[in-house]
Amino acid sequence: MFASFFYLLRSRGLKISLNEWMVLMEAMEKGLHQSSLTGFYHLCRTVLIKSEADFDRFDQVFLEFFKGVPYEGELPEELLNWLNHPAEDLKRTMEELRDIGFPDETLEELLKMLEERLREQTEEHNGGNYWVGTQGRSPFGNSGWHPNGIRIGGESHNRTAMMVAGERHFRDFRRDNTLDTRQFQMAFRLLRQMSEISDTADRVLDVDGTIRDTCDNAGTLKLRYKKDRKNAVKVLLLMDSGGSMEYYADLCSLLFQAAVKSNHFKELHTYYFHNCIYSRVYTSPQQRPEQSVSTEWLLQNYDESYKVIIVGDAAMNPYELREKQFNWVDGSYGPSGMDWLRLFLRRYPHMIWLNPEPLPSRSDFWSQTHIQLAKIFFMYDLTADGLVQGMKKLMVSR
Amino acid sequence: MEQTFRGSSQYVASPELMSAVNIAVVLQKPLLIKGEPGTGKTLLAQAVAEALGKELIVWNVKSTTKAQDGLYVYDVVQRLYDSQFGEHNVGDIAGYIKYGKLGEAFLAEEQVVLLIDEIDKADLEFPNDLLWELDRMEFYIPEIRQTVKARQRPIVIITSNAEKELPDAFLRRCVFHYIEFPDQKQMEEIVRVHFGDLDRRLVTQALAAFYWLRELRGIEKKPSTSELVDWLRALIAGGVDPAVITQQIPFAGVLLKKDKDLRTLQRNKR
Repeated sequence: MFASFFYLLRSRGLKISLNEWMVLMEAMEKGLHQSSLTGFYHLCRTVLIKSEADFDRFDQVFLEFFKGVPYEGELPEELLNWLNHPAEDLKRTMEELRDIGFPDETLEELLKMLEERLREQTEEHNGGNYWVGTQGRSPFGNSGWHPNGIRIGGESHNRTAMMVAGERHFRDFRRDNTLDTRQFQMAFRLLRQMSEISDTADRVLDVDGTIRDTCDNAGTLKLRYKKDRKNAVKVLLLMDSGGSMEYYADLCSLLFQAAVKSNHFKELHTYYFHNCIYSRVYTSPQQRPEQSVSTEWLLQNYDESYKVIIVGDAAMNPYELREKQFNWVDGSYGPSGMDWLRLFLRRYPHMIWLNPEPLPSRSDFWSQTHIQLAKIFFMYDLTADGLVQGMKKLMVSR
Repeated sequence: MEQTFRGSSQYVASPELMSAVNIAVVLQKPLLIKGEPGTGKTLLAQAVAEALGKELIVWNVKSTTKAQDGLYVYDVVQRLYDSQFGEHNVGDIAGYIKYGKLGEAFLAEEQVVLLIDEIDKADLEFPNDLLWELDRMEFYIPEIRQTVKARQRPIVIITSNAEKELPDAFLRRCVFHYIEFPDQKQMEEIVRVHFGDLDRRLVTQALAAFYWLRELRGIEKKPSTSELVDWLRALIAGGVDPAVITQQIPFAGVLLKKDKDLRTLQRNKR
């Protein structure tokens, strides 16, 4: 039975090695699971899972695997004890509920019902749909819909493993969620780490230099140290702003702050554009003409050693990408958005596109440009995972 | 289990945390602790040492720390200098071997608690360089052809702020616990441990304001437990009337450390 749990965990993408599994077995032999499902849940999580990002996935697998297992803990007695001394919030909840005007079941009635329910449950635990604690319309347990119910699971030592796992407490830590500034910074740090591998330690003894200098110095020791080398990563950040990007304004601002805060880059330059890059890019997100530079100037002044990150949803009217741009000043036609983007591609070997919108599975009017651009750019989702992948991509040449 | 950790008079541990500590102790595996800053990761080791009656050895990891520093340092330069002036017993290399914190922990007669604090601050390779040492609890000193082996396997507690990913091989050898941010109930307990019996109204009001602040949208650096403790201290020293705490949030600068967050608070004040 347990071996299949191991394979289920692995098949759900949790990287658990045989080594860790053996440790778990050893722990069980030593009785560390305290012969209860809750204890087993905590033991498994402690031994097998090594990142809070995986907790949520683990909770799901645990639920999936142990859903049908009859519950034989000591909950009833403890629970009743707890209910005899209702906590403050319980009282408040009761009052609130009474105010709303649901059928008034007194605490005693509820307790009696709960007692009955629990007795019933041990008798027909294989039924499965009558649990105290899982979602549903029973008045007991948490996440339920019965308006006059008792929330069970407020206090940690009364919670069963099912309830803990069922709460999916760690959902926020999942890596494939869109992220906060800290996670952004972490990802940006990758750019530094990668570049530091070639120039790690700061001040190291220069053995060759020391020997040479000591010889020059007639045998009296003279120490030489090598200087530390700095991070050489230069970043050019091009951000789409306005229009459909308004939805992602918060997210983009987080990304921007993270980039600025990770001040380990040798240089960081930010420019803004709307929908697609044309002949001018702007130095502020408001995109006023007086705060702009020509894109050609940009291409000339930032050489290919820059790592370029484009942030945008790549959703636009297809003509904005394909058609030649009419120039109102001299009445001529300039290169199309696509032409400009191709120039960038040719110029910068290290270039990625971060997209706050996941790649659509089917093409529609507004997303066809997204799909088209995803074919020619290295496009990543603007999530923790996506950013990490993107940063890794930036560290290697195409 | 002859030794069980149940928190200490100075430290409030959740049941999950206690069981994680006990699992690590029984399995003799290093315990890796992660969690939001200010949730008491470092204090845990102190509490464990205190509760089990063991000596605590702290190895503070910095960005410049090398794995070797924790084992031993062979002071070549000192020996060179000494050789030039003919001082000390230059022939005795062992005299120039200085043990690091890990070495100390191995050499201790009694079992100790070893805290490797903020392991993620160091170089990427750092955890990998310690694999063998933490696994086998021994290391070899080539200079004096000696193997240092742990007399008593120390209880190893490692904290990480998740600034860097730790390598898989390293993680596989640890047991892991994530300290969640305490909920209001646990927080009251923590406050009680720090301050004894406070004015009930003050605590309730301060906690309400504190959690409201943490949930506020747009706060970038959420205040943590240690900031709450400082804030309560300030509130007590300032003799603030509990009734006004939630409205005015006095001494907000103790809780929020960023201009932007303070401005966000101003905007949201009721």
